[in-house]
Amino acid sequence: MYATEERLRDLLVRGLAGDRAAYHAFLKDLSAHLRAFLRRRMSGLPDDVEDLLQESLLAVHNQRHTYDADHPLTAWVQAIAKYKLVDLLRRRAGHELRNDRFDDDFEPLAASDTEAADARRDVAKLLQLLPDRQRLPIVHMKLEGLSVVETARVTGMSESAVKVGVHRGLKALAAKMKSER
Amino acid sequence: MKTDDLITMLANGAGAVEPNAAVRRYATALGWGALGSTLVMAIMLGVRQDIYEAAWLPMFWFKLAFPASLAFASLVAALRLSRPGAQLGWVPAALAAPVLAMWLLAAFQLMDATPKERQDLVMGVSAASCPFNIAILSAPVFVAAMWAMRGLAPTRLVLAGAAAGLLAGAVGALAYALYCIEMAAPFLGAWYLAGMLIPAAAGALVGPLLLRW
Repeated sequence: MYATEERLRDLLVRGLAGDRAAYHAFLKDLSAHLRAFLRRRMSGLPDDVEDLLQESLLAVHNQRHTYDADHPLTAWVQAIAKYKLVDLLRRRAGHELRNDRFDDDFEPLAASDTEAADARRDVAKLLQLLPDRQRLPIVHMKLEGLSVVETARVTGMSESAVKVGVHRGLKALAAKMKSER
Repeated sequence: MKTDDLITMLANGAGAVEPNAAVRRYATALGWGALGSTLVMAIMLGVRQDIYEAAWLPMFWFKLAFPASLAFASLVAALRLSRPGAQLGWVPAALAAPVLAMWLLAAFQLMDATPKERQDLVMGVSAASCPFNIAILSAPVFVAAMWAMRGLAPTRLVLAGAAAGLLAGAVGALAYALYCIEMAAPFLGAWYLAGMLIPAAAGALVGPLLLRW
């Protein structure tokens, strides 16, 4: 537990400082822990685990500026995952799950599960719903791996418009994940 | 899209993130909000005429310290409630302390007064308009604080909204205190507090709607 917290926090802190490889490793490692955690918490909704995992990872990414390195990573991740989980259950108004207690056994980094199931919702399809000014920067920068400068050249947008488009697009994507349930 | 592909997508082109996002956002919000509240006060009400004489009285400063300390405590509360997993810690005590101090002083002033004076100490000359005016003056900060919080990630939305609202109320009361001539602790402990609680209650109500992410 302690070692996981330390390792993940180190990766995230380096990622927030601009180390892309560390950030990728952080998300990868975190996803395995979150998957195991969500599988345990969502035993009544096994088909939703991968969807909620993707939603939680996008939330972690979109809210990464709210992580304070002086505070434990576990508490931060736990609060985000819990928020997304409660939100899902509220939307579903799941009867038995509603009475579930969230506070006991709520350790998101305790176990790890790398066996990905299929997500039911296709993020790539949601991406198609975004307006061009958000979709194109995400497609070129995030999927094709172009730089900001290259994306600006390909799309004819300014560099700041590319950055804003990615930022707003990922937020819009998170909103679409919520609303399409 | 598979989860691993999503992860690659999120990590691609993810540059450095500026630290202290929450503090910077609230600094911006508070700067503009306080400016707005002060301007509304100056235009709608005007600074009290005797402000230079009043500044010699300790009670004038105690009257300012009351909303100022509540503004500080609710700012810390808002900052913490804007970050997932942050604990409130000593913040509830820091919120209660100024109120208790004002009530304690009010109790002493009331005990020393005759029944007729007690009525004046509580009601002053402006009890009817005071909470309403404070709520109006808090509006610029209310909007700004909600904007700040929307860019962050509150997870307890009712509490977060209430903290942002109380911050707005406290700054509004601070601006109002430059206009208002009331100096009695029972008045301040009742009507200033009521005025600050109006935006706090409004924040608790709209928080779950405005602050969702």
